[in-house]
Amino acid sequence: MKMKNVKNKITIQNLITYAIVIAFWVFIQIWSMAGHMTNLLNGLLVPICTYVILAISLNLTVGILGELSLGHAGFMCVGAFSGAFFTKAMADAIPSVGVRFAIAILIGAAVAALCGFLIGIPVLRLKGDYLAIVTLAFGEIIKNLINVLYVGKDSQGFHFSMKDAASLNLEGDGEVIIKGAQGITGTPKASTFTIGIILVLIALFIILNLIHSRTGRAIMAIRDNRIAAESVGINITKYKLLAFTVSASIAGVAGVLYAHNLSSLAATPKNFGYNMSIMILVFVVLGGIGNIRGSIISAVILTALPELLRGLNNYRMLIYAIVLIAMMLFNSAPKAIEMRERMLEAIKGKKRKEAA
Amino acid sequence: MSFLSYLINGISLGSIYAIIALGYTMVYGIAKMLNFAHGDIIMVGGFAAFTVVSTMGMNPVLGILAAVAVCTVLGVTIERVAYKPLRGASPLAVLITAIGISYLLQNVALLIFGSNSKQFESVVKIPALKLADGQLSISGVTMVTIASCIVIMAVLTTFINKTRMGQAMLAVSEDKGAATLMGIDVNRTIAVTFAIGSALAAIAGVLLCSAYPSLTPYTGSMPGIKAFVAAVFGGIGSIPGAMIGGIILGIIENLSKAYISSELSDAIVFSVLIVVLLVRPTGILGKTIHEKV
Repeated sequence: MKMKNVKNKITIQNLITYAIVIAFWVFIQIWSMAGHMTNLLNGLLVPICTYVILAISLNLTVGILGELSLGHAGFMCVGAFSGAFFTKAMADAIPSVGVRFAIAILIGAAVAALCGFLIGIPVLRLKGDYLAIVTLAFGEIIKNLINVLYVGKDSQGFHFSMKDAASLNLEGDGEVIIKGAQGITGTPKASTFTIGIILVLIALFIILNLIHSRTGRAIMAIRDNRIAAESVGINITKYKLLAFTVSASIAGVAGVLYAHNLSSLAATPKNFGYNMSIMILVFVVLGGIGNIRGSIISAVILTALPELLRGLNNYRMLIYAIVLIAMMLFNSAPKAIEMRERMLEAIKGKKRKEAA
Repeated sequence: MSFLSYLINGISLGSIYAIIALGYTMVYGIAKMLNFAHGDIIMVGGFAAFTVVSTMGMNPVLGILAAVAVCTVLGVTIERVAYKPLRGASPLAVLITAIGISYLLQNVALLIFGSNSKQFESVVKIPALKLADGQLSISGVTMVTIASCIVIMAVLTTFINKTRMGQAMLAVSEDKGAATLMGIDVNRTIAVTFAIGSALAAIAGVLLCSAYPSLTPYTGSMPGIKAFVAAVFGGIGSIPGAMIGGIILGIIENLSKAYISSELSDAIVFSVLIVVLLVRPTGILGKTIHEKV
């Protein structure tokens, strides 16, 4: 009976999370039907979905698995490029953009998962800050490699090069698809807000179900006490790798969504560098480590905040930084926590007195 | 000959990384936090020296002193305002706050100096040294950088081993609680560590901008990350480790730029880091920590 209660509670909590996402979608639909949507807000919708997916997927690594990863943007980058490459390369074979986009999402997820798996094998042997720096290093390596990668297509098939477009030796009718530092241009703009929300819901479904399954409990046991978990027979490497791979693969999906929202995709330090990884981490930490719903809310607010402050021009990132520091101090400083508790108690005490 | 010149330039770049990494490693050793804002303190040092030397037209020596003074005060203030209240909070909270400080410094610099890159006037006026009939030329900045790195290393080692403050630092990094019981003022020790780390960052900033004379609000972030890598490479928390890590990193970066590919040099540096960490999970000179059940 008790177990059933716990299960019901979890189901209700999960349903609330889905409901929040759907309510957000309904709200935006009504808002735009009422004609209140500006171009600026419209342009923000797909990025918000992208960042929400990234934040919840990173929360799986940081919050549930308990390992600090600073290279999440690397997996997003892999997903973005493999997905965009597919939609470009298959333009003739599959004319429907929708079908190509759907397959691209699967391909992005698969390639990112493969990368996550391969990187996870060495990385997850390390601990703490060492693990963090190695994930950062992998993120930068991925970005660097994509910047020198040239891929072309002609009647003979695909050609790869790490030097320049000329060394691809393409035939006359050949087309260069990935142009090194210039990246991929002319990807169809297939991402829409509705697709974004559907992907958010799918990602949420996967992650929430994973967390509340037997596997999820094993992963959390490893986070809370590795040695104890190992001594009751949990296969540490297997579960760690599993969580890391799932997290990477969902980040890859976010990458595909991101790539199909832009007409040209290039791996710059700004979009796929460690700055991006850190930004995603900021969403996760501010939303509450291990709290999936918190990640969603903080990703939405923190993505919208700098854009909504655009009127303040140069001051907006300054305000962002100050808000970030102030929120961290308010949320985590032992003194601030103590103060908040005292205030809460004072309010509760008052109510009790009134009741009496 | 060209190999030798690449090597010397690598050592010089590595010396800058080493000076920055020393700050990283000392702060990590004592406060157990990754100070992500450290790279931006380098940038502040660069701008302070730039303002004094190029804008006000004063002596370069004054410029260096101003940079050191500004950064020391800045470092201690940041520690006091942002990190001290978070002592005892989760390491991730401190990390994110440090990232916030990093954004703050970059954006303040952006507001004051704009995003256009500034031409930094080298503070080193020593002519280049010509060796082997002019085939090998070592610039003044290179020599000064390597020399200052050696001097800093020597002074820092003496400071830590011979003075009471240095011993207090070692004690705090070893065990904070026990150090408090022995009558060491932990807060003061941490503040001094931040002061030293930031002063070193200022010197590194001036040297970096003298060698690579373009200064923007984002100048510090990549060298900051590289120095962080160097600190981890050598074993984070270890002072000779930071030195060795920095210099090896500089040499690898310069040689791979020269012989393999300049676009891939960062990837090569990071790959070497990964290989080293896989063989020695706590860096070259890092202590192995045994886990208790």
